[in-house]
Amino acid sequence: MLHIYCPHCDEHREEEEFRSKGEAHIARPPEPESASDEDWGNYLFFRKNPRGLHHEQWFHAVGCRKFFNVTRDTVSYEILETYKPGQQPVVTAESRNGSASDKGAAK
Amino acid sequence: MSDVATFNAHPAVAVQAESPLAISRITVATLTSAQGAGVCVREHALLGHLILRGRAADEGFRAGVEVALGLPLPLKMGPVSRDAERGVSVQWMSPDEWLIVVPQGEDYATEARLREALSGHYAVMQVSGAQTVLELSGPSALAVLMKSAGYDFHPRNFPVGKGVSTTLAKSTAVIRRVGEAQWELIIRRSFADYLYRWLLDASEEYGVFVAR
Ligand SMILES: [Zn+2]
Repeated sequence: MLHIYCPHCDEHREEEEFRSKGEAHIARPPEPESASDEDWGNYLFFRKNPRGLHHEQWFHAVGCRKFFNVTRDTVSYEILETYKPGQQPVVTAESRNGSASDKGAAK
Repeated sequence: MSDVATFNAHPAVAVQAESPLAISRITVATLTSAQGAGVCVREHALLGHLILRGRAADEGFRAGVEVALGLPLPLKMGPVSRDAERGVSVQWMSPDEWLIVVPQGEDYATEARLREALSGHYAVMQVSGAQTVLELSGPSALAVLMKSAGYDFHPRNFPVGKGVSTTLAKSTAVIRRVGEAQWELIIRRSFADYLYRWLLDASEEYGVFVAR
């Protein structure tokens, strides 16, 4: 059972209270009428499915019923951070790789 | 005052009203006295329930609510604003949503006061018929909650005055701690019978009394 921190409720809650809602930060093409079929198709249908770090939307279905973002490792299920919609993640693939090599250098 | 059409859900003519637990209450047997009962269950039926939506960041909105209810608007999850004497409470449900509970028959007047005091982007919804309040008290009330829900009810995480919306027995409930060993569960009408039976079953080992 995951213990997930809801940034709206400001509290950790049981996984049972939440629903995963797929990839986060999907930007709608600013001008749909001039977007190519490929861009529009990517926006509507194509989602990342990374092995490792992923930014996802989660929904606090039983609590505040608001969406928020989660940075999660799809291999270990570890949740690295949660943050409100409109905010950007602190933990990213780049920052993580950076810290990994830092650790390597410290050995 | 907005020009939204409203109506009084409590007509002046006496009309029989039944709580969603009207049937459950007569079909489930429990102790006949509170003496020695570890858990006491009491329904606070037919109270006025209103959902208020609005922008917490709007100073006018917050001030208007305080004028209309005589209680400060809670701005975060947890602490419930409550006037026990008047039987009025306001609870944060989400960043732009609050649950207001008032005594039976006062919901329409409360809604009117809110509409009088508020302007701009807000909403007030009558949900009195959609839910009911169960009070759980007694030395074993905490044990019943602990085995029925995943939430952390330990006093260090759940002081008197706190209220949360969480899972309860595969359903959901708004759970508020109103006293040292006294809890309020606000449950949906459609789950009322199920949850009532669940709570009586879960309370049976401690001895349970249903107050009328
Ligand atoms: Zn929440």
